[in-house]
Amino acid sequence: MARLEVLKTYKIFIGGKFPRTESGRYYSPRDKKGNLLANVCLCSRKDLRESVVAARSAFGGWSTRSAFNRSQILYRIAEMMEGRRTQFIDELIKQGATASAAKKEVDLAVDRLVYYSGWCDKFQQVFSSVNPVNSSHFNFSVPEPTGVVGLLADEKTSLAGLVSGIAALVAGGNTVIALASESKPLCAVTFSEVIATSDVPGGVINILTGSKKELLEHFGSHMDINAVVYQGNSNEELSQLRSLASNNVKRISSYDKDWMDTAQQDPYFIMDAQEIKTTWHPIENIGSEGSGY
Amino acid sequence: MTQRKISGIPATSPRIDQVGVEERCARFTSRSIKSTTKMQGLHMVLSMIDLTTLEGADTEGKIRQMCYKASHPHESIKGLPATAAVCVYPTMVGVAKKALQGTGVNVASVSTAFPSGQGPTEVKLADTKLALDFGADEIDMVISRGRFLQGEEQFVYDEIAMIKELCGKKARLKVILETGELGTLDRVRRASDIAIAAGADFIKTSTGKISPAATMPVTLVMLEAIRDHYFSTGEMVGMKPAGGISSAKSALHYLVMVKETLGEEWLNKDWFRFGASRLANDVIMQIAKQTTGNYQSGDYFSKD
Repeated sequence: MARLEVLKTYKIFIGGKFPRTESGRYYSPRDKKGNLLANVCLCSRKDLRESVVAARSAFGGWSTRSAFNRSQILYRIAEMMEGRRTQFIDELIKQGATASAAKKEVDLAVDRLVYYSGWCDKFQQVFSSVNPVNSSHFNFSVPEPTGVVGLLADEKTSLAGLVSGIAALVAGGNTVIALASESKPLCAVTFSEVIATSDVPGGVINILTGSKKELLEHFGSHMDINAVVYQGNSNEELSQLRSLASNNVKRISSYDKDWMDTAQQDPYFIMDAQEIKTTWHPIENIGSEGSGY
Repeated sequence: MTQRKISGIPATSPRIDQVGVEERCARFTSRSIKSTTKMQGLHMVLSMIDLTTLEGADTEGKIRQMCYKASHPHESIKGLPATAAVCVYPTMVGVAKKALQGTGVNVASVSTAFPSGQGPTEVKLADTKLALDFGADEIDMVISRGRFLQGEEQFVYDEIAMIKELCGKKARLKVILETGELGTLDRVRRASDIAIAAGADFIKTSTGKISPAATMPVTLVMLEAIRDHYFSTGEMVGMKPAGGISSAKSALHYLVMVKETLGEEWLNKDWFRFGASRLANDVIMQIAKQTTGNYQSGDYFSKD
């Protein structure tokens, strides 16, 4: 007897859970030949709101976790992803990639997670400074996470852009709400299943699927989103985002990059979602008093 | 609000169909409340809040801060109502009373060895008297849950009646059943009936110190006790769910439940209250969202 295939329901990922969109809507992305890829959640602004609530409540715990532990968790995501390579490759091929390109993209995504995992407990030292000041103060500047960050993921790649964005943001202690590629959303959903089994606390990474056109303005206007990372090249979208972001002086970073390029990784992607905190600490004026110690 | 006559404990209370209650509650959450209706509802919720702080770490400064918040919830939005009352420990009543002079916001004081209720009756009476002397407009007493669970209903009844007598016309009495410790909905109903018979002006779910605190099923059972009392005597009793209601959305669900169980006469701060500390901010943020169109952030609203 022929076996009936069991198809996966592509759900979204909010606060460590896999709900369907609150709106009950879906859309049907297709491959190049016009075959249905899947019915995928068409998220509404309320899903975004729920994600922000989840991300905000997860922020305190995630940002104060030791950098070393964040690094371990990022590495764990890479481990889990490695174990599901074939599933990711299958999905990429389904979405139109060649077998070799698919393999390359999955390898790159895993490697990128390992790369940013390594930076977790190092970037703060590299980018911190002790500043010379003209008084009896010890003055130092350190990067601290910006907060809840939105990520409008690359449209062209299904996995490379999304993973590059998320890894850099959470490595720096931020919590993330990512909107997956609209035309190629399958890998994003599978990636959220990887995250759910990788010791990432619920709410640290949230992944939505749906229309960028519809959700962009809400990413821009939400008062509780502290920064948005935009991967793309539409000036129209970017200017809309920037003008809405002025309401709460949201930090907007935009990258028009080829995320499949192995060179597109560096700690400056982490630093773009960091705020520099400078602290003055009074000390004894050693120089003028001779030996104080 | 006339003084009610005190009658004895009813011989029996109706049994509660738990599955039925839960199913009914699920229905209340499926009403669609949008735009102007939502705004009206949010304003109503804000005006019904007993802004509460009952911490060991409460200081006079914190109480004054909270009183300011109660009377001026958020200055940059015009037309917001003040909350109904603040709810504090007896020792803080004087401070709150002074801070709220002329604002129309009441001062409610918990009493009777709050939150456990494990104290001698004399202490409970003295506790209440102290709060009244400081000028409390409302008294939130706890019942002796231990005695109630031992079956000493008369003791529980007498204690409530004594406190009620002490309150007299000076203060309205809210009776906290602490439903999280009662275990079953049948006992919640029984405790409600006893409290109402003993003269409670309000019945209240919880102290906020025990989980679960206010839940919709528990509140529905208590509302039904109030309704049955109203049908048999024509007297109204108020209701106050307290603890655990922190989102504006769930508060609106409670309003739906009150309207559909008791009717519109109860939809004002004289007969319905929310005991909450975090709810007010969420309500204000929702109102701001409705006004500006943008989702709001807690960073821009005062915490206390």
